[in-house]
Amino acid sequence: MTTETAETQPAPAGTRTPLMTAEGLTKYFPVRGGFPIKRTVGAVHAVDGLDFTVHEGESFGLVGESGCGKSTTGRLLARLLEPSGGTLTYRDRDITHASRRELAPIRSEIQMIFQDPYSSLNPRQTVGTIIGGPMEINGIRPPGGRAARVRELLETVGLNPEHYNRFPHEFSGGQRQRIGVARALALEPRLIVADEPVSALDVSIQAQVVNLLRKVQEELGIAFLFIAHDLAVVRHFSQRIAVMYLGKIVEVGDREAIHQRPRHPYTHALLSAVPEVALEHPDGTPAEPPRERIRLQGDVPSPTDPPSGCRFRTRCWKAQDLCAEQEPPLVRIEGNAEGHLTACHFPEAGTTLAADRPEPVLPAPVEP
Amino acid sequence: MTTTQPAAPGPEVTGRPATEPAAEPFLSVRDLRVRFGTEDGVVKAVDGLSFDVARGRTLGIVGESGSGKSVANQAILGLHNPKATDITGQILLEGEDLVTARERRMEQLRGNKIAIIFQDPLTSLSPYHTVGQQIAEPFRKHRGAGRREARERAVEMLAKVGIPHPARRVDDYPHQFSGGMRQRVMIAMALVCDPDLLIADEPTTALDVTVQAQILDLLLELQQEFGSAIIMITHDLGVVSRVSDDILVMYAGRAVERGTVHDVLSRPQHPYTWGLLGSMPRLGGDVGKELVSIPGAPPSLLDPPSGCPFAPRCTFRDEVPDNLSCADDRPALPDGRGAACHLTGERRTVLFTERIRPRLL
Repeated sequence: MTTETAETQPAPAGTRTPLMTAEGLTKYFPVRGGFPIKRTVGAVHAVDGLDFTVHEGESFGLVGESGCGKSTTGRLLARLLEPSGGTLTYRDRDITHASRRELAPIRSEIQMIFQDPYSSLNPRQTVGTIIGGPMEINGIRPPGGRAARVRELLETVGLNPEHYNRFPHEFSGGQRQRIGVARALALEPRLIVADEPVSALDVSIQAQVVNLLRKVQEELGIAFLFIAHDLAVVRHFSQRIAVMYLGKIVEVGDREAIHQRPRHPYTHALLSAVPEVALEHPDGTPAEPPRERIRLQGDVPSPTDPPSGCRFRTRCWKAQDLCAEQEPPLVRIEGNAEGHLTACHFPEAGTTLAADRPEPVLPAPVEP
Repeated sequence: MTTTQPAAPGPEVTGRPATEPAAEPFLSVRDLRVRFGTEDGVVKAVDGLSFDVARGRTLGIVGESGSGKSVANQAILGLHNPKATDITGQILLEGEDLVTARERRMEQLRGNKIAIIFQDPLTSLSPYHTVGQQIAEPFRKHRGAGRREARERAVEMLAKVGIPHPARRVDDYPHQFSGGMRQRVMIAMALVCDPDLLIADEPTTALDVTVQAQILDLLLELQQEFGSAIIMITHDLGVVSRVSDDILVMYAGRAVERGTVHDVLSRPQHPYTWGLLGSMPRLGGDVGKELVSIPGAPPSLLDPPSGCPFAPRCTFRDEVPDNLSCADDRPALPDGRGAACHLTGERRTVLFTERIRPRLL
């Protein structure tokens, strides 16, 4: 289990340069209703007070279930959405409410890779136009010309440079996602927001794209905000991981802390729910000790009316009165390593093994 | 699927108890071929597929998109448009051939003896009818139950699939349920007539991981209660390992490997299965290592390779005996445990233990 080598261990947070910092980052989407005159009747609390930092050259993973606000966070960081509150600081500049003009020089440094490789490429443009587009818009003339640079990028992402004049429909899903990666790399960005970049792909293709992204991240030193719901993929790609639930970060830490020593009950539940193939050693003994068994009750509550206090309390097996009254702060609780923050009043022990939890946590049966 | 081999010694891979294969298969698919005529030519979606499922057992069919796993199972239910589809081979349900069965006979079977759970519960449920009406419909049609009796049955089914306050929720519409709850409604609908065969086509792919775990547990519980045969179609080897007894790995319209869950996942024999296992990042894996991806992409089903469909992507095609050609000779899949590959059995064992397993652990 503890297979992380020295190189993959991130340096302590203090020694690295912050690239993008979010403080109290908030986004509410108004809900309109009523007849005949539509009024704002409520708000979806999509992102509700996030504090985190993405450092230069690091891959920061954001995991959570659908509706937890991870994609909204990605869009806020790329400033595709206007934050409702909090601040966003990019390289010591406040860009929270920066105008189009102010953002123009920054836009080329923050790029996005989207989930769906079919709808994120213009079907009427050739691959050359798609990848060269960002350079044209920003008036960048690389030495040797744009076409040469596009061919170089195609090679970087493992496509044939001769495919320059082809259209997206001539490529398979994995190849299209490579085109999306090449487009994101065209402007030599400092930060790439990758929103579920591999979840639409088949398993064998997914591995190719994950390997490509890792190569790009390591060789070019680009920082990633890697958004995904697949915990194993995030663990494989990100040095630091934040777990989101209903618009809040409930736990953040390096990948080893989150996967081996999680403290928040939700992180435990998420990890326990992942179905995994049990591998064996040649002699037939299991390669890994069995994991704890936790089953959550019900579904995620509505973000229009989130529970008071701790948002996870409605599904948590440890919830007490305090959890409804007081929201737990995201802090380094006792027993956590440096940089490992948990927002919980009654944290779990830092282990995921079945041996340490003799009684599985199972939901109560439903009364008919 | 019946396998003649005894269960392998050693710890069980899956979370479910080992069940003995029954002697007589309940469903037997023999050399099934499904072809669609399209503007570009004939798509050979399923090309010579054979498998068996016994009562009370779960067969996991694993494959990527376009491998023919869904098409084959839609053929079992007779869901293809007969005008555009050419189906040959046999689908024997307790000895009755469904390929040649009349539409009226299929109507009697669908929802009654054979039921299906689709991937997306939102598009598979009617937004205009309450969930109670939708669950009760097959019960009224096949069992001739009256309105009140069917409604009571719907409440009972909702309780069985773990929906709180079933007597109240029975009159709600699908949009009033969350994704996981809708999938529970789909399951209730599929099980309302106690089907002998349940086909689950990616039943948890659209769901979040914590909800997926709930639904998989539910399917296992219900199978123990009803004793149905289940075909679980999925692309996720982890899901299969949690719920299935047997596995069939499909690639480009053909089955490439079959066996019990334990055998296939702990001692896989086909290079494609090796590739699938290597492509999945693991929660306990070594993050310093690259994933072992499969190069290239699956072949077009308009013009599939005449030999082994996986040969163009296979790293080990040079190691087959000289008298066989992966490009021209189509490897056969033996009955029971086995893989459709020209590599010799010993060579496959050596390759897996020496070259593949060390990269997975």
